[in-house]
Amino acid sequence: MRLDELPSRQASCISAIDWDGLDDKAARRLRELGFDEGVAIETLHRGPIGLDPIAVRVGRMTIALRKAVAAAVTVVPA
Amino acid sequence: MNPAPLVALVGNPNAGKSALFNALTGARQKVGNYPGVTVERKSGRMALDDGRPIEMLDLPGTYSLDPSSPDEAVTRDVLIGTQEGERRPDVLIVVVDATNLDNHLRFALQLVALGLPTIVALNMIDMAERDGTDIDVARLSAELGVPVIPTVAVRKRGLDALKDAIGRASAGGGRTLLSPTVPGADLTALQRRSRQIAAAATVQRPLQRAFTEKFDRVALHPVAGPILLAVMMFVMFQAVFSWSQAPIDWLAEAQSWLATTATNTLPDNFLRDFLVEGIINGVGMVVAFLPQILVLFAFILVLEASGYMVRAAFLMDRLMASVGLSGRAFIPLLSSFACAIPGIMATRSIDDPRDRLTTILIAPLMTCSARLPVYALIIGAFIPAQNVLPGVGLQGLVLFGLYIAGIIGAMAASAVLRRTVTKGGGGGFMMELPRYQLPVVRDIAIGLWQRAFVFLRRAGTVILTVTAVLWLLTSYPKVPIGSSLKQSEYSIAGRIAGVIYPIVRPIGFGRDMALAVIPAMVAREVAVSALQTVYSIDAADDPTQGEKKLAGRLRGAWSLPTALAFLAWFVFAPQCLSTIAVIRRETNGWLWPSFTLAYLFGMAWLAAGATFWTATALGL
Repeated sequence: MRLDELPSRQASCISAIDWDGLDDKAARRLRELGFDEGVAIETLHRGPIGLDPIAVRVGRMTIALRKAVAAAVTVVPA
Repeated sequence: MNPAPLVALVGNPNAGKSALFNALTGARQKVGNYPGVTVERKSGRMALDDGRPIEMLDLPGTYSLDPSSPDEAVTRDVLIGTQEGERRPDVLIVVVDATNLDNHLRFALQLVALGLPTIVALNMIDMAERDGTDIDVARLSAELGVPVIPTVAVRKRGLDALKDAIGRASAGGGRTLLSPTVPGADLTALQRRSRQIAAAATVQRPLQRAFTEKFDRVALHPVAGPILLAVMMFVMFQAVFSWSQAPIDWLAEAQSWLATTATNTLPDNFLRDFLVEGIINGVGMVVAFLPQILVLFAFILVLEASGYMVRAAFLMDRLMASVGLSGRAFIPLLSSFACAIPGIMATRSIDDPRDRLTTILIAPLMTCSARLPVYALIIGAFIPAQNVLPGVGLQGLVLFGLYIAGIIGAMAASAVLRRTVTKGGGGGFMMELPRYQLPVVRDIAIGLWQRAFVFLRRAGTVILTVTAVLWLLTSYPKVPIGSSLKQSEYSIAGRIAGVIYPIVRPIGFGRDMALAVIPAMVAREVAVSALQTVYSIDAADDPTQGEKKLAGRLRGAWSLPTALAFLAWFVFAPQCLSTIAVIRRETNGWLWPSFTLAYLFGMAWLAAGATFWTATALGL
């Protein structure tokens, strides 16, 4: 399932990230903020307009990102 | 004698670096800039227990040594010793957030690999304990190969142990020669290594339902979140007026006492007029707004320190995206309500150059506190103090309208700019939502003191000089007895104003306004003291009445459409030399400051004109 489609508060795990589908900056930022295959992830909050951006817990950090970027992240139930 | 050892604080944003810096150095801080770039250099002094002095450097918070933003480039260059104007640090203190070791250790590993004597400050250790994370400090230290000191910067815990470690590290002397290179950084490999270390050194009890999570359920709720944000903004702007009224009154009394005393004790001559009207009343009128500025800054500093500002960015992101910006731009724009200068400097956290440029260009449209003196004077003089609804005054409503006009102007400008001059790009929006923290009074106080100092220095130098020069230009040459001209029109300043008067006459401005607008190029609030100077020179009577008297005189001289046009002008006009200077510095050239001047004066003229023509047509 793509991260942008993941229902809220459903413990999951990153199975793949389409690094090549992201621009360099976004890919680097994602890495810096701890996105990686095998990391625990959970969607916590959604923005007020169009449910965008989303706030996810990655490891022990909470990260806000837009759905367009989240679409590059594939998750599986933990 | 050798200079004091230089100790640099480095770490990810939100690791509590600045709190640690404040705790170690107190108020003995110097804020400057690195040459040629727009990165703030914060340094301070402290003494070790044995009396040795230490120079402490607070480097910008960054996530890695990849130089992708000016902040990161400076941090890297300082650390490898190639930053102009900075010697290479003798000791590195890497500040890591104990609640977030997985991620913060990656940067720590990169820094340890530089080979400088390094100490890891394991900050917010109390929060980690509360979160259910037990950290084996000895194990962590062994894995990293450097001393690890647990600290709680906001409660000043662990500082003595940290100072001891600094003492030992800086006494090390003959250290190995280091090559000025950054060890090859494979982010993914470092990240995995950092997760291994974190897993080895910590025992994780189940995550506690922390306050942050509970509060975010409200603060980031799709419906409740925006309501809470709106309420906070409303309270903030209300407080700017209601909380500051008492100190403003005290300042006004002090000013009037000074003016009266000077008038009564000094002989009636040129010097007394200059002192009372030029200096005491001119500068006093501007200083009177210090309380409002401080209240506004206090709110912004508290919102930032508590971690709420990033939530506001989250809530606003989609809205900002509709005019081509990201939620990140919200933080500098909100700061610009206090003053565009820190706002424009805060745009450095926006990585996308086009997003950043657009934010810089529209920041001067946010209603900064320097406009308040002008707004307060004109609204007080022309808008009746009556209620349109119970508890909602007409004056407050007009002021609110002026703020909204600025915001709408900025959004429209951004939408146009992003489709034309700053087209393309789009950096997206990705940021960490840190845990909430109770702001530390000391940190807020230091921030407020720095703002107040800058404001008073400006009032004491620039505004004083401009007021004095204007007073002289308006006083001379003296109008001949029997002439039908007013002194302000006959003077040198009046003749200069006569040149721009034809340009502003169509939008309803009089000669006196043209005269006030020129010196206000330096700073908007000067318009108030300039009007004061113009009218007191013409009237040449009791100078101790200050603003009340001025409001009465304006009522006699201006029509309502003219007053409204003057307000509309100040919503848009880029009348602030410091802002123009900071735009030049941040964009490295005169292109963008010139562009800002041109497009904002254009908007100001049109807005004032539209207001004047509409109000006149409506028969106001």
